[in-house]
Amino acid sequence: MKTLLKDIEERFGISKVVEQRPDEVFVTVKKDDAVALITYMKTHAGFTHLVLLTAVDWIEDGQFQLTYLLNDPTEKRDIGVRVMLDRETPVMESVHHLWQQAPTYQRELKEMFGIDFPGSPRIDEPFILEGWQDIPPYRRDFDTKKYSDETYFPRPGRVTHDPAEYMKKKLYPEE
Amino acid sequence: MADKTKYRDKFPKKNPDGTNIIDLESQKFIKVWQGPQHPGITGNMSLELILQGDEVMQCKTHVGYLHRGFEKLMERRKFIQNFPLCVRIAVPEPDFNEYCYAATIEELAGIEIPEAAEWMRTLILEMSRLTSFLMHMGGQAGAFGLGVVAQWTNYVRDLMLDRFEEISGGRIYRMHMPPGGVRGLTPDGFESRMEETLKEIERTMADVDRTMFNSAIFKRRTVGLGYIDPAMVDEYGVTGPNARAAGIARDIRKDYPYLKYPELDFDIITATESDVYTRTDLRRKEILLSIDLIRQIMAKMPKEGEYMAKMPNVLHWKIPKGETYVRAECTRGEYGYYTVTDGSGYPRRVNVRGPSYTHAVALMERLAIDCNIADTAGLMLSLHTYPPEIER
Repeated sequence: MKTLLKDIEERFGISKVVEQRPDEVFVTVKKDDAVALITYMKTHAGFTHLVLLTAVDWIEDGQFQLTYLLNDPTEKRDIGVRVMLDRETPVMESVHHLWQQAPTYQRELKEMFGIDFPGSPRIDEPFILEGWQDIPPYRRDFDTKKYSDETYFPRPGRVTHDPAEYMKKKLYPEE
Repeated sequence: MADKTKYRDKFPKKNPDGTNIIDLESQKFIKVWQGPQHPGITGNMSLELILQGDEVMQCKTHVGYLHRGFEKLMERRKFIQNFPLCVRIAVPEPDFNEYCYAATIEELAGIEIPEAAEWMRTLILEMSRLTSFLMHMGGQAGAFGLGVVAQWTNYVRDLMLDRFEEISGGRIYRMHMPPGGVRGLTPDGFESRMEETLKEIERTMADVDRTMFNSAIFKRRTVGLGYIDPAMVDEYGVTGPNARAAGIARDIRKDYPYLKYPELDFDIITATESDVYTRTDLRRKEILLSIDLIRQIMAKMPKEGEYMAKMPNVLHWKIPKGETYVRAECTRGEYGYYTVTDGSGYPRRVNVRGPSYTHAVALMERLAIDCNIADTAGLMLSLHTYPPEIER
């Protein structure tokens, strides 16, 4: 793992290296070098299995973090490649040419976080939310509670009680 | 003048990647929706099929009928509140969610769990694997018209659920592995009742072997159906029994040993041709392996001892900033949790990596091409997919 990290450090300039476990490392790479690094990892370093691709919303820094988790099945190790995107213009290069399952992840990210991957197959088709009008729901500024209060009116007969008061009234009605 | 010759071929022309060129205007094709109440899966998902005669020319998977936004809900609950929530992601085997979630949290918070708890977790995961495989075996048989096998396997699965009830009080959602350990060890006399159940399952599996695997109809319909080439394994992110049937010897229990699996004696089961028949046969062997592993665990595990690590007050529990990924071998393949914490009392992001995510979408859309419409349900089942882990 040490030699691999040194190798990609020289080639692509990685930062914020965290060795979470002996077989699991997280690195951050610049947006423009990311696809080159991932391609290199797949074709030259043996990281042939894309475990997952997901995003984390760091709203206070104004950034999205994309995490590509790659797995090397022969050496049995993982590398998490972090890419920081600007939250205002979240556009990332697509990796659909490397893995057949990547378009699915990218479709989901477009829908749930609003991160665009131009050129990815069927990227504009809705994945889970058909006819969604609001902001992408997995962003931190989307309030699920508020949305549910506004969208689903309370059914008749559903009342919220204060538990202490309610129990007191039920158990000791004459007091 | 329109080129009429292009409508005269029996089958459509193909793209270089093996997909068909479809022209719905030519009126040679018909579009059929299978689902959302789909016969081939546990849950709701639909397949948009384009047919030529009764052969599938194009398949598109549509999900979204079960979206409950687990990952979003977890972001506004405390770490301990997420524990009963995360099990709901997979009904047939919720324990892998519990384990992966607890393991990521323990790793990030730096908690070591006691040895008895590790044994107990191994036992529960293995029992859960067995029940899930039994349920799947019944469905697979049912898809090819052998409904009686489903009755048998679901009966013995129910016996195993009784054992779960003895341990935890729950039959479907066991919720026995909170972060920090387990909620208890096995009760008195558990071992003998477990042995009886295992014997009953073995007897049933012998019957299943005779009824299903020696059935000419089952064999004729499944051999050669839905073939997964070994080269497709990494390209499509195939894991678990689907990959092992293609001859790729990858089993997370062996490759990335977790809990007490290094102390158990077993080999990775592989086959050579990943078609529906081989995959089902491989799962039958996995059931027998699971029975063997449960016996080994029962013989080795301590019956008493400390089973919960010392925990902080979970209502005011803050975990330092960090991120990690923990994986486990579930019945369908690689199950994993990617958890990011930011130093507050709530997780910043929890991402669930379910094996169905790749199997049901990219892989199914590829395998369904040129398959008979009567076989799509069986093909879908043989990939052993489960929609809630696609849409979380």
